[in-house]
Amino acid sequence: MTADRSVDVLVVGAGPAGSVSAKHAAKNGARTLMIEKRQEIGSPVRCGEGIARAWLDELGIRPDKKWISHQVTGARVISPKGHVVTLTEKMAGNEVGYVIERDNFDRALAEEAAAAGAEVMVKTSAVEVLRRDGRIAGVKAKHMGETFDIHAKVVVGADGFESQLGRWAGIDTSLKPSDVNVCFEYTLKHIDIDPRFNDFYVGSCAPGGYIWVFIKGEDAANVGIGVQLSKIKAGDRGAAKRYLDAFIARRPGLAKGSPIREVAGAVSCCQPLDSVVADGIMLVGDAARMIDPLTGGGVANSCRAGKVAGEVAAQAVQAGDGSKRFFQAYEKGWRAKFEDQMYRNWMAKEKLVTLDDATFDKACEVLAEAKLEVVNTLEILRLIQRKYPELIKEFEDLIK
Amino acid sequence: MEKKPRIERLYCMHCGACVGCCPENALTLQEVWIELLPNCTGCGICARACPVGAIFMEAEK
Repeated sequence: MTADRSVDVLVVGAGPAGSVSAKHAAKNGARTLMIEKRQEIGSPVRCGEGIARAWLDELGIRPDKKWISHQVTGARVISPKGHVVTLTEKMAGNEVGYVIERDNFDRALAEEAAAAGAEVMVKTSAVEVLRRDGRIAGVKAKHMGETFDIHAKVVVGADGFESQLGRWAGIDTSLKPSDVNVCFEYTLKHIDIDPRFNDFYVGSCAPGGYIWVFIKGEDAANVGIGVQLSKIKAGDRGAAKRYLDAFIARRPGLAKGSPIREVAGAVSCCQPLDSVVADGIMLVGDAARMIDPLTGGGVANSCRAGKVAGEVAAQAVQAGDGSKRFFQAYEKGWRAKFEDQMYRNWMAKEKLVTLDDATFDKACEVLAEAKLEVVNTLEILRLIQRKYPELIKEFEDLIK
Repeated sequence: MEKKPRIERLYCMHCGACVGCCPENALTLQEVWIELLPNCTGCGICARACPVGAIFMEAEK
C-alpha cells in the first residue's frame, strides 16, 4: 500500500523542465518530490536532440560526454532547389552546437535533482488535482495500480506537450492547429553526411515546418520532420511520416541508411501564453508552451524557466504563500529571459509558413551569395529586400 | 453517423501528439498507452495530428 503523503513542492514530470525545477526547489531548502509517469526517465525520446551551447553555463550544467553525441560547427538552411545558406554557431546562436542523447541528458538532470535532495518516483502518474479552498493543493497519484494523495504547498506542472495539469487547474494552454507542428524522426545509421553541419530543409518538403538532419556521428544522424497541423487535411493519416519517407527516398545517401530508432511527437509553436500560473501551481516547459515557435527547440527554454520556477517554489514555501500573486515572480523571471524572443520568432514563423518554394529559393540564393557576418532576422530581411523587394513586402512591419 | 477515434495500438508510439491537440481534453497519455474519454466530440483533430497515422475515425458500433 502506498500511503498518502505531504511535501513542500511536488514536480509532475521528470523531463528537463521538471528536473531543473526540482533541483532548484530542493537546493533552496524545499522538501521536494518529483514524479514521472514513465518507468524510465528520458525514454522514449521525443526530440531532434539539437541544442545550443551558450545557455548551459547560465544554468551550471556542465557538458558531459555521457550525453553529448556530437558537436557541430554550424548549421545549413537548404532551399527546395538546393541553395545553401551556411551559418556558423557564432552567427546562428540559437539551436546549433551539440547534438545530444536526450535520454542520457534527461537522466543526468534527474540525477542532479536527486543529488540536490529531491525525491524521485517513476511509473507514477498524476490522475487528478487535489484542491483546498479553491486552490491546487497536490495531486491524486497512481503507482502500480494503487492510488494515493500527494499534498503539496506548491505544484510544478512539467508534464509536457500532453499536459493535463494546466487544463485541470483552469490555465488556458489550448493550441490552435496553426500553432502545432507534428513531428516524426528516424535515427539513421550508415548514411552519407557532412558531420560539420546540422541541416534544415525548408519548403514544401515539410509544409509549415522543416526537415532536419542533426548529426550523431560520422555516419549517423537524426533525420526528422515537423509539419504544421493546420496544413494536414482530415483523412490524411500519418502525413508527417509520409512526407519524411518521401524526402529520404529521394536521397540515396540517406535512403541507404538503417533506421535504429523511430521517434514521434508534437511541439507547440505559439506566442507566449498570457498566464502559466494559478493558485498553488506553476507550469513550466512544454506544458507552459515555452517551445521556441521558430525552431521547435524546447530544452533551453524549459531549463531556464525551470530554474526560476524551482527558486520561486522554494520562496513560496518559505513565505507560506503559494498564491497566483506570489507566482508573479516566476512569470516575471521567465518572461525576462525569453518572452520577447518567443514573440519575435512566432511572428517570423507566421510569415515563413506562407512562403512558397520559389520564394524560399530566391531568399536562400541571396543569403548564400552574401557573406554573412552576423545573422539576425533584421539583417536577413534587409539583404533580401535589396534584391527582391517584393518578397519582403509581407515582412515590412518586422523591418521597421 | 457520428465518428469516433479508434487508436490502432500496433501503430501507436504513445508520443502524446494527439493528447496535446485535443480541444476537449478527451485523450490522456497513460504510462505507455493513450486513453480516450467519453467527452470526445469526434472532431478528428487527433487523427490529423497523429504523426504515424495510428488514429482511425470510425462510425460507432
